[in-house]
Amino acid sequence: MEKYLYIALFAPIVGSLIAALFAQSPKNLFTGIFTSALIFVSFISSMILLNYVDMDKIVHVEMMDWISAGNLSVPFGFVVDQVSVIMMVTVTLVSTIVHIYSIGYMEHDESFNRFFSYLSAFVFSMMILVMSDNFIGLFIGWEGVGLCSWLLIGFWYKKHSASWAANEAFIMNRIGDLGMLMGIFLIYWNIGSFQYDVVFANIVNLDPSEVTWIGIFLFIGAMGKSAQFPLHTWLADAMEGPTPVSALIHAATMVTAGVYLIVRAGEIYILIPEVGMFIASLGAFVAVFAASMALVNKDLKRIIAYSTLSQLGYMFVAAGLGAYWIALFHLMTHAFFKSLLFLGAGNVMHAMDGNLDIKRMGGLYKAMRPTAILMSIASVALAGIYPLAGFFSKDKILEVAFNNGSYLLWGALFVGAGLTAFYSFRLVMLVFFGEKIYEKDGIHPHEAHPFVIYALTPLALLAIVAGFFEHSFHEFTTQLLSDYEFTLDHSVGAMLIFATSAMALSGIAYAVYKYKRGGFSENIENWGVYKLLSNQYYIPKLYEVAIMKPFTALSRFAWLNIDNKIVDASVDLIAKTIYGGGEKARKMQSGNLSSMLRWMVVGIVVLLALAIFYRPTV
Amino acid sequence: MITLTHYLVLSAILFSIGLVGVMKRKNLLMLFFSTEILLNAVNIGFAAVSHYYNDLSGQMFAFFIIAVAASEIAVGLGLLVLWYKKTGSVDLDSLQTMKG
Repeated sequence: MEKYLYIALFAPIVGSLIAALFAQSPKNLFTGIFTSALIFVSFISSMILLNYVDMDKIVHVEMMDWISAGNLSVPFGFVVDQVSVIMMVTVTLVSTIVHIYSIGYMEHDESFNRFFSYLSAFVFSMMILVMSDNFIGLFIGWEGVGLCSWLLIGFWYKKHSASWAANEAFIMNRIGDLGMLMGIFLIYWNIGSFQYDVVFANIVNLDPSEVTWIGIFLFIGAMGKSAQFPLHTWLADAMEGPTPVSALIHAATMVTAGVYLIVRAGEIYILIPEVGMFIASLGAFVAVFAASMALVNKDLKRIIAYSTLSQLGYMFVAAGLGAYWIALFHLMTHAFFKSLLFLGAGNVMHAMDGNLDIKRMGGLYKAMRPTAILMSIASVALAGIYPLAGFFSKDKILEVAFNNGSYLLWGALFVGAGLTAFYSFRLVMLVFFGEKIYEKDGIHPHEAHPFVIYALTPLALLAIVAGFFEHSFHEFTTQLLSDYEFTLDHSVGAMLIFATSAMALSGIAYAVYKYKRGGFSENIENWGVYKLLSNQYYIPKLYEVAIMKPFTALSRFAWLNIDNKIVDASVDLIAKTIYGGGEKARKMQSGNLSSMLRWMVVGIVVLLALAIFYRPTV
Repeated sequence: MITLTHYLVLSAILFSIGLVGVMKRKNLLMLFFSTEILLNAVNIGFAAVSHYYNDLSGQMFAFFIIAVAASEIAVGLGLLVLWYKKTGSVDLDSLQTMKG
């Protein structure tokens, strides 16, 4: 089985490196097909491992020693257990589809080969992240996906907004990563090991306050990567990247790494329920907060990005309340329908010549029937309607919140479910139905290549049926993760399901009803609430005024006064002195033997004087 | 009675004369003379000190210096003759080709 582990891990990087050889050359279809094939190989290996992993059959290898200094020993170790194998299958499946999709999506891009190289490198980093058996390996993968995210958001680096967004994402993540590093250091400080098994076996013996700090710091890392409030602004701006990137990195895989971290470190968080409660509360807040921003946004991709943010909030609620398998389950189902939604949005964006304003679309159903159907499936799944995948996972999260007695969280998530249904169908209605506004802009939409549509069907299929695997998923993952005890009465559970479904259905119904009749009037745009929401609660503005501006001023001050006047000046002074001295001493070199001899005599005299008068104290 | 001091004073005087010659003379031939004086001033010093300590290595050094000086002069004079044939002058100031 080790063989399959290595294949699953290293196939993507082989593809990436080979594609990188062609990075500078013009488009070569080979790179796209080759990398896709290798990711598919990785997927097959992951499936074999999924089939193999069982109660006491876990693949754990130590490839080689990596760092050993003094007492510190960090091996390159990988583990395939119930949690990582689920992540591996999800990641490689979505990656395979995104790779194939990108062959169609990027076909006219001059940096076609470079794109595939980055994309496969991302998959490799993600595999390191989920497969590592220690926190250092996790951190390396964590940084690797951050780097690939930066490369891919800024893929069209000539566009200023793209490189700005890439930097924003990278810098925001640095804040989170600092927290994460502190958490990892604290773990090492107290336990003396980075290995998961050692850490989790000994964490119980630690002082509770230490565990609390570890939990808090690790969660700060998760907040950065999963774009939780207040580090959330980068995710919406990250939509500057190519759409397949948004689907793979900023919806299905990388942003869920934070949830994976919490699930993986569940044995730590189970000891500190108060931190867990904080995580859950923040998650519930983000779930509603992000959903509310999605209500009014006009940018197709940003709406989906806010939706991702909101769904990440749901996952954190489950993870924070100790229902790790449910968080992981929602992570998986969300990966399927959200990447499908994004990839569909990519088709729409292409059809609209790169225009993303949903108010300028409408009536695209005629022109792009398959995409419309796929996106509708994804939206229904996202809204959580029986029997699609979102229903099972999201409902479970609401049930957990209710079961825990946190009715406030439940209420927030309940409202969030309604908002989700509404904005999903607002998007579908505005894009695919109603008046054909795009005709005014002289755009002739066209459907994507058939192979692109075929590539998306597995995702659609999974978005429909993934929910039915709930029981086997539960059984499988709780072999490793601690189970969540439901104490709710059966009838109460049924009531909750009914209420949530009713909420989601009414959200959909309201959106369909409202936008069938032309939508809202224009003057709601003047409402204070609308402005607040469409400006993202003025948080980007606040960051700009409160952080960026003072920081820029400080940097300018440091540049003009400290760097130019002190550092540079002193360095320049040294150079100028030596240069000036040389200019003067140059005259010594007259070429006249006689004067040279005189200088030599001067030298001798000086040396003699030194020899006589200088007595170093012994 | 002639003591070590006398020899060393003689050596110092000769050395100074040589040094002044090296610094002042513009004729290449005179420059060679001056260097000879310098070297032989040192030779006197070596021989005297060697005798004083009853140690022959000083005198051996003096012989070395004589040998080195002889070969130096042989090469130097050869070059000087060539230079004279080429330029018709042995003046030091005419020997400037490199200037900083």
